[in-house]
Amino acid sequence: MVETGAQPRVSPLRRQVSRLGRALTTPLLPDDYFALIKPRWSTRELTGRVVKVRPETGNATTVVVQPDYPMSPHRPGQYLRIGMEINGIRHWRAYSITSDPEHPQGVLSITVKYTEGGRMSPVFCRQVQPGQRVFLGDVEGEFTLPDPVPAKSLFVSAGSGITPIMAMLRELDRRDALEDAVHVHSCRDEDDMIFGAMLRELAQRRPGYRLVEVHTTKVPRFQPTDLDEHCADWREREAFLSGPREMIDAVEAHYDEAALAERLHTERFQPVIGNGGGEGEGGNVHFRVSDCEAECEAGMSILVGGENAGAKLPFGCRMGICHTCVGRLQDGAVRDLRTGAVETASGQMIRTCINAPEGHIEIDL
Amino acid sequence: MPKRPAKPYDPDNPLWKLSDEQLEQLGKELDALHDEIFGDLGERDAQYIRKMIKFQRRLAATSRAVLLFSKFKPAWVVGTAGLSIAKILENMEIGHNVMHGQWDWMNDPTIHSSTWDWDTASPAAAWKHSHNYVHHTFTNVIGKDKDVGYEIMRIDARQQWHWPYLFQPLYNVLLMAAFEWGVALHDLDFDAIRAGTKDRKQLRDELKGIGKKVRMQVLKDYVSYPALAAVPFGKEGFKATLAADAIANVVRNVWSHAIIFCGHFPDQTFMFTEEEVADESRGAWYVRQLIGAANIDGRPLFHIMSGNLSFQVEHHLYPDMPSSRYQEIAPRVREICERYGLPYNTGPLRKQWGTVQRTILRLAFPGGGPRRKPGPYVAPPEEKAARERQKELVPAFP
Repeated sequence: MVETGAQPRVSPLRRQVSRLGRALTTPLLPDDYFALIKPRWSTRELTGRVVKVRPETGNATTVVVQPDYPMSPHRPGQYLRIGMEINGIRHWRAYSITSDPEHPQGVLSITVKYTEGGRMSPVFCRQVQPGQRVFLGDVEGEFTLPDPVPAKSLFVSAGSGITPIMAMLRELDRRDALEDAVHVHSCRDEDDMIFGAMLRELAQRRPGYRLVEVHTTKVPRFQPTDLDEHCADWREREAFLSGPREMIDAVEAHYDEAALAERLHTERFQPVIGNGGGEGEGGNVHFRVSDCEAECEAGMSILVGGENAGAKLPFGCRMGICHTCVGRLQDGAVRDLRTGAVETASGQMIRTCINAPEGHIEIDL
Repeated sequence: MPKRPAKPYDPDNPLWKLSDEQLEQLGKELDALHDEIFGDLGERDAQYIRKMIKFQRRLAATSRAVLLFSKFKPAWVVGTAGLSIAKILENMEIGHNVMHGQWDWMNDPTIHSSTWDWDTASPAAAWKHSHNYVHHTFTNVIGKDKDVGYEIMRIDARQQWHWPYLFQPLYNVLLMAAFEWGVALHDLDFDAIRAGTKDRKQLRDELKGIGKKVRMQVLKDYVSYPALAAVPFGKEGFKATLAADAIANVVRNVWSHAIIFCGHFPDQTFMFTEEEVADESRGAWYVRQLIGAANIDGRPLFHIMSGNLSFQVEHHLYPDMPSSRYQEIAPRVREICERYGLPYNTGPLRKQWGTVQRTILRLAFPGGGPRRKPGPYVAPPEEKAARERQKELVPAFP
């Protein structure tokens, strides 16, 4: 299957009516006919439309989206998968949500930095107009403010990594909780800083928020060792980190060295899994459509096992996010390689990239 | 490479006339044509399939609405005709092609081979195995491709004759009317069941799948809509709608049966034995697809109504290419055929269908042999002139 938007939240009554309506529309859903009148009447996947596009400093653009169905509230720092059709092909990207939670009109915003040669960011930054239809995933991500909020905090960001931090700072500001926060942000120069004006204004208004800007055109790039200079008491603060991969790695290593790893919060992506060498008993897989038998050792995903056996299987992120690789399990039990949970899931759609067979399984792929 | 048989069954088979080098070159040329079209897919193609789906659904919904009044003759006629056309479009230009993955490049989960199901008795997963995989990989290989005679008919003289084949003209007529049911059962793979090689659990699941699909299909066509028409018009409304739905299904069955039988069984096409295709190269695979399929001549509307399976040759070369592109690449395929001395099988529906029926009648009885083949393709003067004009249009620099 391909990457799909979230299931809209609709009333159980509506779901029931839709189910019964299949007696007239099978193999389609009544929704597929409603969509002929208005596309957003379909509840197959969550859609929305762009209502406003606002240029930001630092070559970025904030895109405000009105979802067609109410979404579950997000926590500042979380992200959203957003899909758009470009030249007939749907593309997906994940962006941090930059709007405040529980907006009265239910709108959401993301802030996109223009990337030369990128596929989606140039469209968001240069072409998109209000009215553009977009597809929306679920709100996701573990990079959020803890509850209660820490008394002393440190935010470290670079480039477009500022977007989730911005959402957190706005939340703290809204809750009058910006009592003692230091923010070290690294970017090329003053004009290159996304939300620069807003954050400078915030620093003036809130004495508890201190902004340190590191401009790489003037001074060397930010190094974790610079923390002593920018924020002498960094060891005593809960730290929130967002930026390019290399910076995250460097800061993580620095915190590990100081034995302060539990103080550091960052978006943790799944480690690479599925190549074997894990728990469970493994098993063999019969791919019914490809007509192929595969042997999976313990810890090897159905996807990797199938590929080793020569089957051509669909895949995307290979870490359980995008659902490109799903197939219907017809028989048997599978183990979720991320959690270790084993489940007998006959008849369900499962992701082959993060599930391993537990004994013999039959799958419609 | 397949060993060239010392004494080929059909001495005219062009596969044995090409050298290994020619086959390799041909494979590269056909791969390049595929990649060229896939590099060009975009908005125009996406619009085509979306509009087609929208039109088909509107037609289906309108026809169903008209059929609520099917008690009245004119409404019955209009509604039945509309529903028949809607079902044909849904099965052929839309369902068959979407389930082939022709539109998967759009990344649209609602128009995707992994999620699509069609308005017939055959469940999607089973069909994707028996058709997409078995038939399109082992096309026209006797014993491997279960579509050669659909396990109930003798279509090639090399299939051993048994007395039940005497009745194959009858099976054929029954299959015409009940094609969707035939396809649903065909997916089960009777040969494997008989040989005991089919997994029992899989067979049970597949039967359950067919049962579920059939229940919903029957509920819709033969219970729900007739019952709706019975609300205002009572028993007469019920009966008229029931008849209309049944006839629309039969019209679709007869039509798709005709188009599909014309795809591989006209006299022009070649069948192969397993020995002939052992260790086949990419180029030889293309040749087998090319000479194992036959097109049907027609106008654009006819091509759409046949799901572009009137371009069966192009479809078999590139099963994953959007059907709307087949017509466009046909002249290029013909040009390749001409250069390699290969036939390009095509003919009017009457002729293609006629030779299929003749074969079914003849091979009901023992014996039979290869039919005369058309020989290498030679472009008519108009086509040659068009090619020249095209050359002038295309800039001669890379």
